[in-house]
Amino acid sequence: MNHENLLQVEGLSRFYGPLQAVKNISFEVRQGEVLGFLGPNGAGKTTTMQMLTGNLAPSQGRITVAGHDLLEDPRAAKAAIGYLPEQPPVYRELSVNEYLDYCAALNRIERGKRCAARDVAKEKCGLTDVGQRLIGNLSKGYQQRVGIAQAIIHLPPVIILDEPTAGLDPIQIREIRHLVRELGKEHSVILSTHILTEVQTVCNHVQIINKGELVLNVSSDDLAQRLQLSVLTVRFRNTPDIGAIATLPGVKNVEHSEGGSLRVYHEPSADPTEALVQRSVEQHWGLAALIPQRASLEDIFLELTRDNNTHSETAATHTTPGMEEVEPRREQRPRHGQVPREAESGERP
Amino acid sequence: MILTIAHHELRRLFLSPLAWTILAVVEFILAWMFLQHVESFLAIQSQLLGMAGDYGVTEVVATPLLGNAAVVLLLVVPLVSMRLVTEERRNKTLPLLFSAPLSMTEIVLGKYLGLYAFLLMQLLLITLMPLSLLTGGGLDFGLLASGVLGLVLLLGGFAAVGLFMSTLTQHQTVAAVSTFGVLLFFWLLDWARTGNGGGALPYLSLLNHTEPFLKGVFDTRDVVYHVLFIATFLALSVRRLDMDRLGG
Repeated sequence: MNHENLLQVEGLSRFYGPLQAVKNISFEVRQGEVLGFLGPNGAGKTTTMQMLTGNLAPSQGRITVAGHDLLEDPRAAKAAIGYLPEQPPVYRELSVNEYLDYCAALNRIERGKRCAARDVAKEKCGLTDVGQRLIGNLSKGYQQRVGIAQAIIHLPPVIILDEPTAGLDPIQIREIRHLVRELGKEHSVILSTHILTEVQTVCNHVQIINKGELVLNVSSDDLAQRLQLSVLTVRFRNTPDIGAIATLPGVKNVEHSEGGSLRVYHEPSADPTEALVQRSVEQHWGLAALIPQRASLEDIFLELTRDNNTHSETAATHTTPGMEEVEPRREQRPRHGQVPREAESGERP
Repeated sequence: MILTIAHHELRRLFLSPLAWTILAVVEFILAWMFLQHVESFLAIQSQLLGMAGDYGVTEVVATPLLGNAAVVLLLVVPLVSMRLVTEERRNKTLPLLFSAPLSMTEIVLGKYLGLYAFLLMQLLLITLMPLSLLTGGGLDFGLLASGVLGLVLLLGGFAAVGLFMSTLTQHQTVAAVSTFGVLLFFWLLDWARTGNGGGALPYLSLLNHTEPFLKGVFDTRDVVYHVLFIATFLALSVRRLDMDRLGG
């Protein structure tokens, strides 16, 4: 059973009229994997999720859930999926218990087992105390939990959560993330989000989608490796000539940065810190600060989703660890950071 | 599974004041009409006794009452049916049904039966009024049963149209108005008769296939008409909901 492919997607595409919202996406999800589906607004995350759950028919492509083709055998495939849409599909006029009972019945849980299934789902989602309350009177965070409880009530092997933390306060976000991590122990979870830290804290596999294309698909270990940058930020009281540092062993490039500090790019294998400190002492540069840099997921994300026409090439170069291609453009981040987001939101269907 | 959805629909209907209000108002209006019919029956009772044939209280009270009920319900059904799918679409709860292991037909039939059950309850309440006359005398049960059967079929058609119209839009008012329009149109198709004496249009009229039942004439052709009418609109609803998945 372990490492079985629970969800397999091949060549998935979706058109909205002439607009192609999802372009030929293929990926798979194994058992016990928490897959983070990351992308800016309008990138096609929700469209993809709707297709995975049978809410939207794909224009092309195949989806197999737990061995059942979603189009040919939708009933069996859908039984293996729990779905929380962007907005939790709750009936405000029902109490939590009534609602979950209905969901259990819809998912063909036998009458005798519904109560037990409901209680398990409620316990997992921390809803035990609010069973009698009307969903309409619950806070947004609790409604979200009810939505998740609905998705897991039939213990599906695959759980799909569309932006589960959107619109919640920080404490609720932390609770939901904790819940997702817990779920990931027994189920496969697909989680869409545009919050990068969420992926870093919760997921063990990351996919980045932009403009309907999959631009990155790595495990979070690979991602962590990629996050290790070979950059030092140094500041001196008597800033030396750049050339003096560039001659140090292992240093590839040095450039000026804001606040009079220098950015030193080096080979990942050869850390020049020691040599740099020594040289600083010898030459009386007056070393004031030395900070090893870590790239954030934001850097990768922005780099990959930046508005250019060479997505596939970027994706190809970036599947190898190392940030050489990314780094030289880092300083332009703030400016570029604004541009792609606006461009994205303008193209939302 | 269909029954689960039907039960859920019915329950949510009764959780809102709308269902209770409609039951009460319709019952009140029809009770008023019922009393008027009884009044007129009492006024002409002595004349009826002198007439030949069985012309009794059922003809004078029950049949007109059911006829009135048909018209009143034509006004009221859109108000109940308008929220069936529109509300779910608005509140984004449709994904719950779409991602559950259900076929589109099951969803549509479930919703339909939920609404239908409500309308039948209303009809039961209405039928209780002529039945109350049993305390003071006899009734022509054949005639009454035929009339009630006619209304049962008619309400089935109303509900099917209402369901279809509510799948078309996100706005409850739009659904209600268009349901009312379609129902009234089918009702009034009969008027085409006044022109050149018939053709296909009057034949499609709901009214023409309901009146015989009220008069006590049971014709299988009328039954088939109603069943086809219901099936057509249910099939259209299934197709329309499927479009939600396919279109965009």
